[in-house]
Amino acid sequence: MTTLDTGPAAAPRVSFFNDPVIRGIIYQVVVAGLLIAFIVWIVGNTAANLAAQNKTTGFDFLWKTAGFDISFALFPWSRASFYWEAFLVGITNTLLVAFVGIIFATMLGFTIGIARLSSNFIVSRLATVYVETIRNIPLLLQLFFWYFAVLKAMPSVRESILLPFDSFINQRGIFVPRPMPDEQFGFVWIGVALAILAIIALRFWAKKRLETTGRRFPVFLSSVALLIVLPGLVWFASGASVAFEPPVLERFNFKGGIQLPPEFVALLFGLSIYTASFIAETVRAGIQAVNKGQTEAAQSLGLKEGDRLRLVIVPQAMRVIIPPLTSQYLNLTKNSSLGAAIGYPELVNVFAGTALNQTGRAIECIALTMLVYLIFSLLTSVIMNWYNARVSLVER
Amino acid sequence: MTDLAFVRSDLVDAKPPPHRTSGAWAWAQKNLFATPLDTLLTVLGILFLLWVVPPIYNFFIGHAVGPNGTVEECRMETAGACWAYISSEMEFFIYGFYDIPEHWRPNIVFALGALLFIPLLMPKVPFKRTNAVLFLFVYPIVSYYLLAGGVFGLKPMPTEKWGGLLVTLIISVVGITLSFPIGIVLALGRQSKMPVIKTLCIGFIELVRAVPLISVLFMASIMLPLFMPQGMTIDKLLRALVGVTLFTSAYMAEVVRGGLQAIPRGQYEAGASLGLGYWQRMYFIILPQALKHVIPGIVNSFIALFKDTSLVYIVGMKDLLEAVKTKNDTALEWQSANTATTGYLFAAMVFWVFCFGMSRYSIFMERRLNTGYKR
Repeated sequence: MTTLDTGPAAAPRVSFFNDPVIRGIIYQVVVAGLLIAFIVWIVGNTAANLAAQNKTTGFDFLWKTAGFDISFALFPWSRASFYWEAFLVGITNTLLVAFVGIIFATMLGFTIGIARLSSNFIVSRLATVYVETIRNIPLLLQLFFWYFAVLKAMPSVRESILLPFDSFINQRGIFVPRPMPDEQFGFVWIGVALAILAIIALRFWAKKRLETTGRRFPVFLSSVALLIVLPGLVWFASGASVAFEPPVLERFNFKGGIQLPPEFVALLFGLSIYTASFIAETVRAGIQAVNKGQTEAAQSLGLKEGDRLRLVIVPQAMRVIIPPLTSQYLNLTKNSSLGAAIGYPELVNVFAGTALNQTGRAIECIALTMLVYLIFSLLTSVIMNWYNARVSLVER
Repeated sequence: MTDLAFVRSDLVDAKPPPHRTSGAWAWAQKNLFATPLDTLLTVLGILFLLWVVPPIYNFFIGHAVGPNGTVEECRMETAGACWAYISSEMEFFIYGFYDIPEHWRPNIVFALGALLFIPLLMPKVPFKRTNAVLFLFVYPIVSYYLLAGGVFGLKPMPTEKWGGLLVTLIISVVGITLSFPIGIVLALGRQSKMPVIKTLCIGFIELVRAVPLISVLFMASIMLPLFMPQGMTIDKLLRALVGVTLFTSAYMAEVVRGGLQAIPRGQYEAGASLGLGYWQRMYFIILPQALKHVIPGIVNSFIALFKDTSLVYIVGMKDLLEAVKTKNDTALEWQSANTATTGYLFAAMVFWVFCFGMSRYSIFMERRLNTGYKR
């Protein structure tokens, strides 16, 4: 019989160069060296180029007078404002259109996503046609369509089209009445705040009751009722009133009311409609990802249709839907930069466009613009990680 | 003896046959009128279709002016889409300002591309490797010299003159073919155990994915010339290509990473125990499986890239969208109420056909490659 030598194995003899640790270090040193050399080369070139063009660098231009007009700003803007104010105008305009767009896109997207799963033939086909059409056409093209082919083709100011609620639409955008709450109206806001507090308390109480007695309380319906009744009572009691200042056609333009410029409306339309088609797919995938067994298990437990959706299907679907949904929100925010192509003064247009052209500080302007988007993205991913950790399946 | 409480001895009466399970009426009952709500939705849906379809039909076909129509017909009050405008400006939409007598050159490029690319898409056609080598390495060089000219007595044609669909296709094809390998390398780098390489890859991917494509294009078009040694100019088309490729490769890297993460550890270990080196392991074992998993994601990035090529308009490139917009704004001889709309609809249809085709092809490939996972 032969015996196997089971003594301690000698360390494998590997030549110096084939040792994975050494190799790893060599590779990394080489890559890092190449990268540093590349950066040095670029910085040197840039410095030489800038010197040749007699350009200075630095962020001091932020405190200089901008001297250009911005067609749409949420806070007072004049030619005397500084560049850092232009930067802020850009950020707020981007956030404004992104925020409103996200709300519309979510509503539209969820509706269409659910419609695509409908057992009704016509409804599901209509939703499919919407998704497949909108998703496969570039957003920029859609923006051009809304802006140049639809809104710019509207009648002139004199022949404005009257919409419901004293609103008008014409070449210069949409004009809506401006709400003018009086001093008493502050009480109504207090009423709303009180109602929200009451709803939070109600939820606590209802949860406690469910845990102790097992009886459920219609929290949602009563919350809605509270939110309507409490401020309504306050409104009547305080005698507050809201006057609406309608837009009135004067000789050359409308006076009063709020003007939504066509750039804003077109960008909002385009972003919402485009993103909704992606959100619809996300929603559909999320709902389909819930195993059919879950539906059957809920049915066999005797849950009602509504409870089945609310307690079993939707929570599981949401876990799948929310991560891609947030990335769609982020995409919408980034896509709002296409407003630059139709003249909506968002961050890229104002800062990487006008400000850059005026100051010639290309590196600084583009770096600042990118930094803002980077911060948005980092914030989103922080929130997402927190959410994922919260809802992730706890397995054995 | 028996514990059974109840044993039935006679058969239950047979149930009546179901009312109708096939045929048009049964289908309608199941899919259109299952519940009262369904009926309501069906009615609303039909009303919506009646409201929407006739105007669309009239605009596109019914009242539209055909390709041989005249501008006077387009200017009539009732006229729909002005297809005559499209057919008369078609050359510009496809080639841009490329010299008209030289149009045969892009035509050859298109034809060669189709000749090499379509067999590549069909799984049954043999000689895939030769075909791929020709398409990826020989074809770009031939096309470049054919389009740019300056050799073999061809008239030089600067890239500023290229335009329209030609540029859209060039940017997307180059972007797709370059971003794919770069994306794979970035994804592998992100999985690497070497901290320097890993950090670099993560940093690049996350930075690029965080910012909008426009800002990357602005950077490519404004800052790239600053980065180069003095006196060296970079072609505008090349700048756009660099921007688009870098941008897409970051997205591609994330898609590929998803596939890599789906491969069980055992596959890596099995490869290592066979004595394969890192690249052999990746090439023969990991990547074929990983890429198969993520075909939908890869095609989605390609579709996104194809649509995003329209953004080069903002940095002053002349792609299809720019060609259409320029003609819409400047072709005074074709000015009518619907000219601009028709132009945009035409561009939309071109983009749609390409993107929809790609997505259908991806579904087809997915089914074909779905070996071993079928249930």
